[in-house]
Amino acid sequence: MSDLASPRIVIVGAGPAGIRAAATLVDAGFHPIVIDEGQRAGGQIYRRPPAGFTRPPQQLYGSEAQKARALHSLFDQLAAEGRLTHYARSSVIAVHEGRLHVLRESGVQVIFYDRLILATGASDRVAPVPGWQSAGVYSLGAAQIALKAQGVALGRRIVLTGSGPLLTLVGAQLVKAGAHVPAVLDTSPWRQQLRGLWELAARPVVALRGLVMRAQLGGRYHAGVTLERIETDGSGVAAVRWRDAGGRQRATSCDMVGMGWHLRAETHLADLAGCAFTYDEQWRQWLPKIDRMGRAGNGIYLAGDGVRLLGADGAEIAGCLAAAACLADLGRPAPSANADLHKLARLERFARGLACAFPWPSEMVRALPEDAIVCRCENVSAGVVRESADAGGGEANRVKSLSRVGMGRCQGRYCQLAAVELVAAKAGCKPDAVGRFRGQAPVRPAPIGAFLRES
Amino acid sequence: MITPGRIVRLAERDRAEVHFLLAGEMRGALAGDTVLTAMLASGHALRNSEFGSESRAGFCLMGACQDCWVWQEEGPCLRACTTLIAEGMRLRTTPPENWP
Ligand SMILES: Cc1cc2nc3c(=O)[nH]c(=O)nc-3n(C[C@H](O)[C@H](O)[C@H](O)COP(=O)(O)OP(=O)(O)OC[C@H]3O[C@@H](n4cnc5c(N)ncnc54)[C@H](O)[C@@H]3O)c2cc1C
Ligand code: FES
Repeated sequence: MSDLASPRIVIVGAGPAGIRAAATLVDAGFHPIVIDEGQRAGGQIYRRPPAGFTRPPQQLYGSEAQKARALHSLFDQLAAEGRLTHYARSSVIAVHEGRLHVLRESGVQVIFYDRLILATGASDRVAPVPGWQSAGVYSLGAAQIALKAQGVALGRRIVLTGSGPLLTLVGAQLVKAGAHVPAVLDTSPWRQQLRGLWELAARPVVALRGLVMRAQLGGRYHAGVTLERIETDGSGVAAVRWRDAGGRQRATSCDMVGMGWHLRAETHLADLAGCAFTYDEQWRQWLPKIDRMGRAGNGIYLAGDGVRLLGADGAEIAGCLAAAACLADLGRPAPSANADLHKLARLERFARGLACAFPWPSEMVRALPEDAIVCRCENVSAGVVRESADAGGGEANRVKSLSRVGMGRCQGRYCQLAAVELVAAKAGCKPDAVGRFRGQAPVRPAPIGAFLRES
Repeated sequence: MITPGRIVRLAERDRAEVHFLLAGEMRGALAGDTVLTAMLASGHALRNSEFGSESRAGFCLMGACQDCWVWQEEGPCLRACTTLIAEGMRLRTTPPENWP
């Protein structure tokens, strides 16, 4: 158990990165606090269904079942033995001068830290498609969560679109579970996918698994697609209009669309904690600056998909490294990092291959019609964003305050990359020159009553 | 169970039934359903957009987009994708009359 003299280490996120970080700290004799919004530890990929569901891990996690089981039982055991404190169903909504504001059922609680490890994961990177504000359009991740954690499909006729490993994976998982998936529309053309092949070969087994799943999709899968619009009727999505690689117009009727172009790191807390950011050309997004171990300075460490999109195995390694860096900085013996750094380098090569093979659809975003909605929260259109780009001098935060893009309830998570793309197109510069939307607290909406109960 | 709504149950159908009220009408769901699953098992939307004419049915299912907030007859709004349905919940797709 921790004593008052022992520095308090808080970890946000109980996915693979957060769990490994916690275990490393426990091994070194610390008692970390682990905060996560979920009921049960596991994070995105190893998400666990609520109590009462019975599908075995093999069915939920496929080839990754063993890793899932290992992480779940490791965390559950440390929690049961009282070697860490788990704040479940708790959202960190602000970070300020060594304090976290945590929204719990009982209200907002302030938690002090001496060292902070952020392992907040990622969410889908989405691009607006005309009509995407309608009921029945979901992220690819949502389709997977529905299946994994609830055993349901979010529609009767499902079209999946976007690009990246999750597109193929979710498609194959839905088909296997018995969902009706008439089309899987990849915006990346074959020749682009081939360009990533050399680096994807850094993880041959994973790459091969992807190809097998692609084959299972058969004639549903189309590469090099251009999305035109999502058509709707009274109850929501009715069809997707698209052009195939040869430019032919096609339409697929459906009542659900799942979309995603790989992932966007969840960096909001790092931003509030004052971390420096750099624009990452490969991922076309702003990412916090860290050293190889995950140090962001000021006693803050970052690990997992929330800082580098290396996948679940990379997240486990990064969690160990961040904890090791934290231990070393506290003057405690830390596990050796060499083997882990070596493994990470291989995963980085694979990630470069993914980024190259399945790019963000910048041309499609730049070509959005004026009336297409960019911000789903407040229905801000592409036209309004472009207009404010002129008035705002091509600077992201001016455009934000002029057009309200990025100010809605999702805090810009799902619109900011597209908005920046539109501003860059209008200003004739690269997206990094437009700047980055500044993050604001609270990270999640908090009822006013919660602050009144602040303890 | 017949589900005329948006979602299709593909697995885990052997759970206890729970009942809730949606706009005063009795609806059935299964224990362990999120409010989102429960509402979309027999309906097509969770709420109407405040800024457009379309209805909304959630987007991310992971608590990030905030598209899925629904009202209760009394008490605070709920984030439907991260809240489990409970017997006797009284939900609505529009704000209550006395909503400020
Ligand atoms: C929806 C989705 C599905 C995915 N599916 C797959 C898949 O099938 N296969 C695959 O290989 N990869 C998948 N990925 C990628 C995969 O998530 C990652 O590689 C891996 O889970 C990263 O681990 P992590 O520990 O960095 O983050 P995560 O596993 O994402 O864990 C982050 C945790 O932080 C918590 N958190 C974030 N912000 C806060 C906050 N403010 N307060 C409290 N808690 C917070 C979250 O609740 C979450 O549990 C998926 C990603 C997403 C977004
Ligand atoms: S669907 Fe996104 S927060 Fe619930």
